[in-house]
Amino acid sequence: MGVELTYRDAVAKAIVDEMNRDDSVYIMGEDIGRYQGTFRVTQGMFDDYGPKRVIDTPITEAGFTGIAIGSAMSGLRPIVEMMTMSFSILALDQILNHAAKVHYMTGGQASVPMVIRGPGGAAKQLSAQHSHSLEGWFAHCPGLKVVAPSTPECAYGLFKTSVRDDNPVIFTENPGLYTVKGELPDDDDFTVPIGKARIAREGTDMSLVCYSRMVHVCLEAAERLAEQGISAEVVDVRSLLPLDMETISASVAKTNRAVVVYEDWKFGGFGGEIASRIGEECFDDLDAPVLRVGGLNVPTPYSRVLELECIPSADSVLAAVERLS
Amino acid sequence: MAKAAKAPKELSETPEKLIDLYRQMVFIRFFEKKCNFAYRQGKIGGYMHTYIGMEATGVGFNEALRPGWDNVITAYRDHAQPLLMGSDPLKVMAETMGRVDGYSNGKGGSMHIYDFENRFFGGWGIVGGHIPIGTGVAFTAKYKKEDRVTVCYLGDGAANQGVVFESYNMAALWDLPIIYAIENNEFAMGTRLEYHASDTELYKRGIPFGIKSERIDGMDVLQVKEDAARIVEWVRENQKPYLVEIMNYRYEGHGAADNDRQLYRTKEEEEEAMLRDPIGRLARQMVDAGAATEADLEKIDDEEEERVEVIFEQADASPHPDPSEVYDHVYTDMTPEMGH
Ligand SMILES: Cc1ncc(C[n+]2csc(CCOP(=O)(O)OP(=O)(O)O)c2C)c(N)n1
Ligand SMILES: [Mg+2]
Repeated sequence: MGVELTYRDAVAKAIVDEMNRDDSVYIMGEDIGRYQGTFRVTQGMFDDYGPKRVIDTPITEAGFTGIAIGSAMSGLRPIVEMMTMSFSILALDQILNHAAKVHYMTGGQASVPMVIRGPGGAAKQLSAQHSHSLEGWFAHCPGLKVVAPSTPECAYGLFKTSVRDDNPVIFTENPGLYTVKGELPDDDDFTVPIGKARIAREGTDMSLVCYSRMVHVCLEAAERLAEQGISAEVVDVRSLLPLDMETISASVAKTNRAVVVYEDWKFGGFGGEIASRIGEECFDDLDAPVLRVGGLNVPTPYSRVLELECIPSADSVLAAVERLS
Repeated sequence: MAKAAKAPKELSETPEKLIDLYRQMVFIRFFEKKCNFAYRQGKIGGYMHTYIGMEATGVGFNEALRPGWDNVITAYRDHAQPLLMGSDPLKVMAETMGRVDGYSNGKGGSMHIYDFENRFFGGWGIVGGHIPIGTGVAFTAKYKKEDRVTVCYLGDGAANQGVVFESYNMAALWDLPIIYAIENNEFAMGTRLEYHASDTELYKRGIPFGIKSERIDGMDVLQVKEDAARIVEWVRENQKPYLVEIMNYRYEGHGAADNDRQLYRTKEEEEEAMLRDPIGRLARQMVDAGAATEADLEKIDDEEEERVEVIFEQADASPHPDPSEVYDHVYTDMTPEMGH
């Protein structure tokens, strides 16, 4: 059996393994070096690799993301840590308007092998400006790849693949996942391909399609549904772009019902894309309309009472399931 | 970094004013300590950043402003400014605790205090984000031909963001009556000034834009008050931007969740900085000049501590918002699509 690690340590191990494997991999971000990282993902790395490869940046997201892109176009493989993904908004021009366009605009002459990673989604009472789920926004943009792993094993395997990928990859880590524990396979060469969903729990009566922390919310919902005699399958999408419709469709073909669960604002969010794809591709299999459970369409409030209203929970999934039947 | 303490001199302020300044600083300090207490109790959550050690900057600068007329905007370290500008401390404390009696009815929290009646424009969480916004507030004053001065506080870390330079340029280009007050407390979270700024004299960054720029000592409230009065009047008179780098120090962690100060500074360094404590310094000056006795000052301390205690009790008695309020204020005129 492999080692048990937290999600945080799994990401950290993947970073270190990739830095050891390839000299051109470096990591930069705010407070990641001497301060050991705000969420401590990069703990110890500054001591081990020094300021050449573990780079403390000023608070200038647009600037250092652009520098990472330029370095990726010219031979390096940067990992950029966003202290929180909400701050990637400041670098959006560099990511969407530059990184995502390079390979296409240059007719394939140049590529941007880089990973932008960090905590995305609501934590606890961080208020409106620090709680965004942006993975769906990035997944709207051709030229980027977007992954949102839910377990230490997926995080480890997908991170290594992301670093080795020749395209810009957005790697989002919900802050609520960092302390989640799980086992890594005993295989140093273990990776998870980008674009492959996984069945997190098997079931026959409906498919709960989700990613990132919502996988755990759906697993809890599935557990409670089981007590009511309903067998829910949980499909962990893992990769938003490319999206593994094959696995999702196969699940829906078996269960004939689907609820898509995502933390981002419900209106116009990525779950809508999954739902419409299920509608288009699984129409004959469906016994009920595809439902969405998403975040409330409001800026995330500070008050814990209000914040809890906003984030989908097992209760909100159960309420949707009730509407299914 | 900061200029050395001046030799005792005739204090330029009346005894009443000195006591008032002392009282304001002590009030801020007790208020912030109470916030720390509330955070440890779990009554304040999320990110919370106190102004402890930096009181002289806010108090001294606020003295130069016309209450209810001039504008102030700052980042997330935002309790002290509204308290000094006449905001209701109960509403500030209640907001940090996410209660309905807070300025934003619990929707903003500690980082997002706003009091437009007193012309405090917040209260912002994205480093650098409020600097163009503050510049826009100054733009309005000019547009309306009102002689309001806008003070835009920003940190040494924030001073590196691209929009800050864009703002300097436009403020100078368009002659906007704004003071960029860089509070250089020597740290951007866990990153020391010398690791984030290529030239650590941040005031120089105004010069290429033709902005009058200088550095002052932010640990001496009397000096800040004097400098601020001069700068604010200059801006009001000349209707042009000004950049002032105010050297101060935060005594606590970056925020209430930062318990690792030893990762970026030494105990000795902190002890040295404590010697410059703006409250202790004013106290010594007052006692030396015979403006107050130690007993007078202790009495003020007790009074302010008690006042904060009452504010805390009242704020804590305020209810949490009702879940139904979650959709309020997304728009001025409609409600967004509801439900999960
Ligand atoms: C765009 C952005 N990047 C990063 C952060 C995280 N962060 C919050 S405060 C801070 C340090 C800011 O330091 P400084 O401007 O010196 O202000 P101080 O906290 O010292 O008052 C950082 C990195 C943020 N809130 N916004
Ligand atoms: Mg600072």
